[in-house]
Amino acid sequence: MAELDTSGGGKNKGGKVRSKKQSTRVDLTAMVDLAFLLITFFMLTTTLAKPQAMDLAMPDKEKVDQQELTVADNRTMTILLGDNNRIEWYMGLVDKPLTPPQVDNYGRNGIRKALVEYAKKVIATTGDPSKGLIVLIKPSDQSNYRNFVDILDEMKVSNIDRYAIVEISDPDIALLKRDGLYK
Amino acid sequence: MPRIKVARKSTAIDMTAMCDVAFLLLTFFILTATARQPEPLPVDTPASTVKFKLPDIDIATLTVGQEKVFFGVPGQPIRVRTLELMSEKYQITFTDEEKLRFSLIESFGVPIGNLKQIIMLKGDERNAAGLQPGIPTDSVGQRPSELHNWLLSARYATKELNNVDMRVSIKGDSREEYPSIKKILGILQEQNINKFSLITSLRADEK
Repeated sequence: MAELDTSGGGKNKGGKVRSKKQSTRVDLTAMVDLAFLLITFFMLTTTLAKPQAMDLAMPDKEKVDQQELTVADNRTMTILLGDNNRIEWYMGLVDKPLTPPQVDNYGRNGIRKALVEYAKKVIATTGDPSKGLIVLIKPSDQSNYRNFVDILDEMKVSNIDRYAIVEISDPDIALLKRDGLYK
Repeated sequence: MPRIKVARKSTAIDMTAMCDVAFLLLTFFILTATARQPEPLPVDTPASTVKFKLPDIDIATLTVGQEKVFFGVPGQPIRVRTLELMSEKYQITFTDEEKLRFSLIESFGVPIGNLKQIIMLKGDERNAAGLQPGIPTDSVGQRPSELHNWLLSARYATKELNNVDMRVSIKGDSREEYPSIKKILGILQEQNINKFSLITSLRADEK
């Protein structure tokens, strides 16, 4: 390539002034690094920050008294939420439970075993898959919101689609007190 | 034996295309990301395994924590209309500037008598911890609670402007005692809102 000596002011008389050709290639490595870092950041913040929603349907308050459903007591399981993340559960009615009330924990090794076991048992005794287990959830005043969400989540995990949130009754509180789950 | 010489190649690659793609994606993610507003009542939501994303519009959020309730509804026109409906009910008039400022507030927790002061505060002052005492949930005599009225107004406003039913979500702190949750469920059920969403964060599947 022909190069012109551009140094010095008055030398190139008549000849064209040419600037020195420089390479147009820039090192993009650092720029790409930065771009990918930012991409990672925005991807993680947009997709992970979005909260999940758990849908909950409560029974209509006014219509409760009109239609009292009679349900076999061997299909109902009552779960009482006590203090310190503990649960007490029994089958049947509180004054004559079919199984002795049992204190349990949340999670995989706790209530889930009983739920899965009884869901199968109930279908086996009724002989009809549409007549499965019915769970009554009774949160006491000493349980917290996490317990409430956990037990609803447990219903989803164990595929129990019939459950209801019910006000806790005095005999149930007495039961919790007896077993030291309620102060 | 002469050694076979491997021709040396330059290790520099042309990164132009890679750079283009990277910035294209970056632009996309920046534009789709919504800026997170600071919350006046920070809560630690319990985890669950449900994988249903919360919708962005037409859903009011009740934030419950430290026995306080905060209320928020998305969409600026809806917020303005909600405030107008509330001002009719409580005979408090708000100026246009106050309405505009209110429409930018993500969620708030003050009795309506103190709302004007909160509106005029700067964003970071407003979100100072412990400043806002929560929306009153107790009914006074025959009058329903303020939270009841806020919910009702927001539902009317959503129906008027967007012609859809507003949904309600509850964002509770995991340590919150159950009675305060029960109270809010009671207020919701008074208005025949029997279906609502509980906001949870995602838990890794335990198998």
